[in-house]
Amino acid sequence: MWRIIHQFGSPPWVYRFCDKVIPWLMPITIVALLVGSVWGLLFAPTDYKQGDSYRIIYIHVPAAVVALAGYYVMALAGLVSLVWRVKLADTAMRAAAPIGAAYTAIALITGAIWGKPTWGAWWVWDARITSMLILFFLYVGVIALFEAYENKSAAARACAVLTLVGTVNIPIIYKSVDWWYSLHQPASIKFTGESAIDPSMLYPLLLMIGAFYCLFAVTVLLNMRAELAWNHRDASWLKQLVQGT
Amino acid sequence: MYFESLAALWDMDGHGIYVWLAYLLTMCPIIVMVWLPIKRFRQHWRWIEAESRRSGIDVGGAAGESAR
Repeated sequence: MWRIIHQFGSPPWVYRFCDKVIPWLMPITIVALLVGSVWGLLFAPTDYKQGDSYRIIYIHVPAAVVALAGYYVMALAGLVSLVWRVKLADTAMRAAAPIGAAYTAIALITGAIWGKPTWGAWWVWDARITSMLILFFLYVGVIALFEAYENKSAAARACAVLTLVGTVNIPIIYKSVDWWYSLHQPASIKFTGESAIDPSMLYPLLLMIGAFYCLFAVTVLLNMRAELAWNHRDASWLKQLVQGT
Repeated sequence: MYFESLAALWDMDGHGIYVWLAYLLTMCPIIVMVWLPIKRFRQHWRWIEAESRRSGIDVGGAAGESAR
């Protein structure tokens, strides 16, 4: 167990891990995204209340779910970086931030587009939407903070603190629809009890959530590989790899 | 297919514009998210290759020699 954890602190091992995982995770992601989208757009039935506009659910919900989970990934990397000073955790935190920001932006934009035919407004200062906007600013804040520092070790520490403080926002986002009066509907998928969504609509949604998780993993690994290649450009293990190709 | 024709699929009872716009605006950042790190990695790889050739350092021993 400890050996595996130690391996995750080794840049050559992580670089090779990225190189091995990306080639098979990428096709799985593309196929899952295509099948899920076609299923949701072409084969799922129309919603009796919202009509066909509900089909935005197949990108909006997966993007929002992974944006929240991605923040925990970034916070965990921040914690490891802060407590154990593992440089690779800084790399992981930096790799996850732009991906999380993009996912949050997708959730906000598709939510606004879905809001227009459903609520009659592109945007409302609703608890769920506002807390998601704060999540977007937290992601962007981490990126900006890292770039603002000359000393990258100090930058990583500052980003880790910001990331950890920002985790407070995640349960607020999750519970916002229960705590405050909101236009946003409560969660349709329940882990305990019956989901408030028909299986014919639920299965493509679950597939898309899985596909978005795979996409998050593959894009973070791509970012980490690019970052590692640059940070260790003078390392002999990387030069050997380059010369071996 | 749930829709009777391609026109019905495109229109989606007047909601087509919202649905297709949402999917298009999702596809664009996804393509950028995948393409950018691949491009950056290739640039770094080429830089390291060029640097290795320029410096002429044999970092890989026999393997490095045969690669040159």
